[in-house]
Amino acid sequence: MNEKHQKSFTTVKSYRPFHSRYDPCKPIGVKYYSTPPNLFLGFQPPNLQQFSAKEALKKGTLWRFFYDYYENPYEKKGR
Amino acid sequence: MWFYEKKLQYPVRVSTCNPKLAKYLIEQYGGADGELAAALRYLNQRYTIPDKVVGLLTDIGTEEFAHLEMIATMVYKLTKDATPEQLKEAGLGEHYVNHDSALFYNNAAGTPWTATYIQAKGDPIADLYEDIAAEEKARATYQWIIDMSDDPDLNDGLRFLRQREIVHSQRFREAVEILKEERDRKKFF
Ligand SMILES: [Fe+2]
Repeated sequence: MNEKHQKSFTTVKSYRPFHSRYDPCKPIGVKYYSTPPNLFLGFQPPNLQQFSAKEALKKGTLWRFFYDYYENPYEKKGR
Repeated sequence: MWFYEKKLQYPVRVSTCNPKLAKYLIEQYGGADGELAAALRYLNQRYTIPDKVVGLLTDIGTEEFAHLEMIATMVYKLTKDATPEQLKEAGLGEHYVNHDSALFYNNAAGTPWTATYIQAKGDPIADLYEDIAAEEKARATYQWIIDMSDDPDLNDGLRFLRQREIVHSQRFREAVEILKEERDRKKFF
């Protein structure tokens, strides 16, 4: 895979929603959202690195670049 | 026409008896951004889109039915052995009254599927942008279900489905690029 197509981004972002002292619930603190790899590449260039066929069937994509494992961000605070 | 392969696209395993998860999963069965809506959206739009991207809509629309089948299997496994009492506890009492444990195309809140969930504007860019949005919404729905679920085997299948939404979104974005491209400056991969 060409150097410039190495992943140079994060696929989880976060922000802190404003919390007023009049809000009834304890603040959630950080809110998380996904920014998956498909946002970053444009048209897929040739010769991207692949998973083996067996691995690809398991992971849901042939292309390493597009693989994005998801886990509940609120369970593992501050991943 | 279609050929049917009598197996799932990805193995479905459920490790805990938690019919409540079936109630959440049904969102991806008969909800606005669910697999049924996805399949019908793409397979219908493909008639009125430039030739270059018809095949993509056919492929992805077909795959969505394979996903629908996975969701159905998950829901079925979670509810098939549940007593009426257990279904009631899981918030599926109303569902039982109407359907027993039969599957039905409604969302997690019980609203039946409607064709108004999908669009066909006939404008290729408008339709593909809708498809991209639909994929991102399905991806998000899978995240929210994974967040609510503590069944590792079920989550494994849901992660596979979420990954497929990412790939679909990428391909629809590329379809937009193909339709934007000037005729005499094309390259194929
Ligand atoms: Fe999809």
